[in-house]
Amino acid sequence: MSIDLQQDYFALFGLPRRYRIDEAALEAVWHKLQAEVHPDRHAHLPDADKRRSMQWATRVNEGFRTLRKPLSRAQYLLELAGVDTGLETNTAMSPEFLMEQMEWREAVEEARVAAQVEELEQLHHRLQQHAREVLAELEATLDQARDYPAAADTVRRLMFIEKLQHEIDDALEALES
Amino acid sequence: MALLQIAEPGLSAEPHKHRLAVGIDLGTTNSLVATVRNGIAVCLADESGRTMLPSAVRYLADGGIVVGSAALQAQALDPRNTVVSVKRFMGRGLKDVAHIEAVPYDFEDAPGMVRLRTVQGPKTPVEVSAEILRPLRLRAEASLGGELTGAVITVPAYFDDAQRQATKDAATLAGINVLRLLNEPTAAAVAYGLDNAAEGVYAVYDLGGGTFDLSILKLSRGVFEVLSTNGDAALGGDDFDHRLFCWMLDKACISPPDAADARRLQMKAREVKELLTSCEQAPVKVKLSSGEEIDLVITRDDFAEMTRHLVQKTLAPVRKALRDAGLTVEDIKGVVMVGGATRMPHIQRAVAEYFRQEPLTNLDPDKVVALGAAMQANVLAGNRADEDDWLLLDVIPLSLGLETMGGLVERVVPRNSTLPIARAQEFTTFKDGQTAMAFHVVQGERELVSDCRSLARFELRGIPPMVAGAARIRVTFQVDADGLLSVSAREMSSGVEASVLVKPSYGLSDDEIAGMLRAGVEHAGDDMQARALREQQVEAGRVVEATEQALAKDGQLLNEQERAEIEAAIARLRELARGQDHRAIKTGIDALARATDEFAARRMDNSIRAALAGQKVDEIEV
Repeated sequence: MSIDLQQDYFALFGLPRRYRIDEAALEAVWHKLQAEVHPDRHAHLPDADKRRSMQWATRVNEGFRTLRKPLSRAQYLLELAGVDTGLETNTAMSPEFLMEQMEWREAVEEARVAAQVEELEQLHHRLQQHAREVLAELEATLDQARDYPAAADTVRRLMFIEKLQHEIDDALEALES
Repeated sequence: MALLQIAEPGLSAEPHKHRLAVGIDLGTTNSLVATVRNGIAVCLADESGRTMLPSAVRYLADGGIVVGSAALQAQALDPRNTVVSVKRFMGRGLKDVAHIEAVPYDFEDAPGMVRLRTVQGPKTPVEVSAEILRPLRLRAEASLGGELTGAVITVPAYFDDAQRQATKDAATLAGINVLRLLNEPTAAAVAYGLDNAAEGVYAVYDLGGGTFDLSILKLSRGVFEVLSTNGDAALGGDDFDHRLFCWMLDKACISPPDAADARRLQMKAREVKELLTSCEQAPVKVKLSSGEEIDLVITRDDFAEMTRHLVQKTLAPVRKALRDAGLTVEDIKGVVMVGGATRMPHIQRAVAEYFRQEPLTNLDPDKVVALGAAMQANVLAGNRADEDDWLLLDVIPLSLGLETMGGLVERVVPRNSTLPIARAQEFTTFKDGQTAMAFHVVQGERELVSDCRSLARFELRGIPPMVAGAARIRVTFQVDADGLLSVSAREMSSGVEASVLVKPSYGLSDDEIAGMLRAGVEHAGDDMQARALREQQVEAGRVVEATEQALAKDGQLLNEQERAEIEAAIARLRELARGQDHRAIKTGIDALARATDEFAARRMDNSIRAALAGQKVDEIEV
């Protein structure tokens, strides 16, 4: 039996398919797999081996990247369950959430224009807290309730938050240089 | 009846044959070559006992080429034909070159990369770098007593795709098989980490002659994982010299100096900078071509003051790298200092202040990169010993993206992604019946295409005509372990094959490189045919050896017929390798590669299964 390059990432890493994950174990398996498949381990072998090594190492890195971060892991679980989390296909976000988003965004914009580094860092910190609370909801909806439509909604909210965090990062970087 | 096997003389499969491999630090100011001897990495010296080769090349009117100290000594006499700090021009256009007024070369702008007009005609920075690499290769071959299997060449971590490709081409031109391009701070971390059995998160602060890198690595149980890297590919010790140079011009009221005086003053600036590392003050005495003499004194504090902004400039990448890694200075266990420029006391002070700890200076900042590269080369060449069970996981320093409507960049591969990596993005047509699509690949962190580096432009043709927005064009970026990109595009919705694969070029095409290679070989008096034959024979030997080792180790994965097919391909290749036709040998190598493709797949599966063995799902759940 051959190991399928296309098998899902949870299977590839020998981990149960669920949201809660042992991050230390994930990293340990990542290192173990790369120790076998990484191009550095195959540099002295024929081209066929090198090519395959690159495909595998790429796949293993992609799997690690997907499973490591809570948001991308949740998105991936939903994708495996056939639930679409795309923003463009679903804009039915709750009015409160959209209002909240606007308030955040305005605060970020104000701090950016006024070049208030501390305020931006403060906002970043508060968003981080907020994201943590929302992530805690995900575990309950995905692993216990298995309520995928609700989870997809939470994922979309987290995507907004992450985007906002990136905007703050970019603003901070621009102010520093 | 099974026949006994007897190995071909010269193509035998010795199981523990030591392959000759080296690490080369191709520096802005100095270059070094190192190898692992009896398990210990050492820098190789020239016949005068010097390990550092000044990265200086002088082109003589009679066609001769001088490299190293002798070239350096001639730089004031013959500034236009003596090239120093060529690394600053690798993969760079004229507009990218800083302080162009202070550089005494006769530049010729060319698409992608500048050329320098010398008495031997225009030279690309790739050719100049190859002249530096060649004597290092010869030094290694003389010292190790044989042809090299290959070399690991180091590059600044913050080098972009064009600079990396240019470096790889320079090595090829110097007759070196590149095993891997390795980031300089990563090489230093390997040398430091392996020597000190270090564990934890470390920062590597690498200020070379012309480049600055800051990498953050996590060292745990033999894995060197780069968490983030940042830097400035045009900031280094040369800039500190330049400040001193400007100070001298200012004090002596000279403007602008002629080429010979410029070189004299630059050499003096470097000397003064080095003197101030150990002395509180230094005399500045220079005799100019006019007969006029400069006679000044500078103190360490004056120097620190006039270069403070340069030191500050290195701290911005430090902050960015920490933020990208999601860490603060408290998380950093040690700071490894690399590059001759980190000897300057005010740099050490600034780093100590920022990280709130004394930096680690117990290793030679000039040699550590070459030593780390040698350790990596040894392992890549297949000389892995049991204690060499370590692994490098490096990242791409700069994001890669595509131009979209309005000159904006759509990021496809984010910076600091672990290599190798592939990312795909789908695009669609803008107009009804559109059959071609133009792509522009860029590298950098800015939102506007004009602020990023352009790597490649290509077109996908043959898209079947459809209404706007119906075609699905999938563009895949693959970045290999050298940090080099290839891009492919394919139309997905129809069965019609429309695909293209490109590798970015920085101005030199594969044909031009091949042309230079031919010219170089002719110049050296070699016979091109003989060289090609020799190369293919060596490659055939290598492939046969690797395949036989694989058969010996994992032969049970094949049935009798499969094994017989591979053995037949080996026998055919051996037969061909005895002949004189290098093209036929190449065909034999390709045929063996095809015959072993499935075998390679099974062996990979096997090793992955072995890695996961005992790793049952319930055991990992904690």
